[in-house]
Amino acid sequence: MIQLHNIHKSFGDHNVLQDVSAVFERGKVNFVIGRSGSGKSVMTKCTVGLIEPDQGFVSYDGRDFTAMKKRERGMIRQEIGMLFQGSALFDSMSVKDNVQFPLQMFSKLSKAEIEKRASACLERVELEDAGSRFPSECSGGMQKRVGIARAIAMNPKYLFCDEPNSGLDPQTAIVIDNLIKDITVEYQMTTVVVSHDMNSVMEASDTIHFVHNGRICWKGDRQQLLRGGNQELEDFVFASDLMRQVRMHGNHKGDES
Amino acid sequence: MFHIGRYVQLLSRSFRRPEKWGIFRQLLTNELESIGLQSIGIVVLLSIFMGAVICLQTAHQIGGWIPVYTIGFTVRQTMILEFSPTLIPVILAGKVGSNIASQIGTMRVTEQIDALDIMGVNSAGYLILPKILAGVFIVPFLVVLSMVLGVGAGAWIGVATGVSPLADFEYGMQVDFRVFDVAYALIKTTIFGFILTSVSAYHGFYARGGALEVGRSSTKAVVWSVVIIMISNLLLTQMLLN
Repeated sequence: MIQLHNIHKSFGDHNVLQDVSAVFERGKVNFVIGRSGSGKSVMTKCTVGLIEPDQGFVSYDGRDFTAMKKRERGMIRQEIGMLFQGSALFDSMSVKDNVQFPLQMFSKLSKAEIEKRASACLERVELEDAGSRFPSECSGGMQKRVGIARAIAMNPKYLFCDEPNSGLDPQTAIVIDNLIKDITVEYQMTTVVVSHDMNSVMEASDTIHFVHNGRICWKGDRQQLLRGGNQELEDFVFASDLMRQVRMHGNHKGDES
Repeated sequence: MFHIGRYVQLLSRSFRRPEKWGIFRQLLTNELESIGLQSIGIVVLLSIFMGAVICLQTAHQIGGWIPVYTIGFTVRQTMILEFSPTLIPVILAGKVGSNIASQIGTMRVTEQIDALDIMGVNSAGYLILPKILAGVFIVPFLVVLSMVLGVGAGAWIGVATGVSPLADFEYGMQVDFRVFDVAYALIKTTIFGFILTSVSAYHGFYARGGALEVGRSSTKAVVWSVVIIMISNLLLTQMLLN
């Protein structure tokens, strides 16, 4: 479980995050949604320590991450996997080397064991034959799947996904959504997905946090989302005709409005 | 002041114990090849032609009462004191520095550095330290190669064009030779190797935006490396030769 306690973050005079508190539960896909510029990416970066919050703290299963020294943070970071918006694969390495990289850096496994683990991760994302390719030779969907394979290589407790479906066609996006959902249950990870893709939210979310103007102004699940909450949430969620139709006709994957 | 502070901070992050020595050795080897071996061609080309040109220009300047062995003396002194230890690092700042800045800058804007940080890898140590150590180690070798080739080319062109018999050139090369001049050159070169790799890495590491900014950071890396090398050259010369 990851907890954010009263996080504040400003850049100059601009308050990007204001008193943000949230709980991301283990074994669930926790979505953070909001408009572009609402502060959700800064919130994620504060959570993983890429940006230091001005006030407040982040805890991972009760361990105060914000107060930790660099070395202790390094230990926690080895329990974190992250899927980046642009995949962030190391373009000078093959797919297999990308997946092996965290294992080579941090595990005490032998070379053969590392290869076996990397192959298992690639098999899990159905890319067992793509190990020798380079990222530039992979499609967008394949790059995301390699990113997931790399993220799960170290058996992480926490998985962060930043806009996992950006730039993907709807079918591939569903594959990625399902993969994230499945591995969250399989590895019993605390998964946090930052997205503004409502299809993805309706496909994979267990809990949803809506960020608006640097504050979490709504929390709930898919069913509650369709019922709406406040005006900002309604404006965001039902901006598209598709979502208005979903609300009107009531059902999405068995959810009731 | 802001940049100096951030540069010092980056260096302190870079000079930390690597996570895995085996991987660090591999990275260092790659950088030695990239910075050293892949630069030999341009060093050879420049040194041969510069040595030859210095020989011909000196021959053109002297005449009458100035002895011919002065040609060998001038070629040696110019190559050892200034051309090889200063201009070769400046050329390398253009070739290697822009490469370092664009490589690290691209990794920054494509979030590859963030990926390293998230994994718990010291990104500065992983990316920058091998480049600095390779630069500090290999640039002096390139400079010694340049000195040898430059003086050799001067001797060859002197004999080939008849402006200086080989015996005179050899005598000039040995006149008033001080080992300290070579030591001075190598001290300068080691420092310039550090400057050109670390300043370029700094500009790449803090690149923001997209392809355009990576290009700009690459240009800044070359310009600032050259400026700092030139200022350091003046200071080091004053300190070491006076």
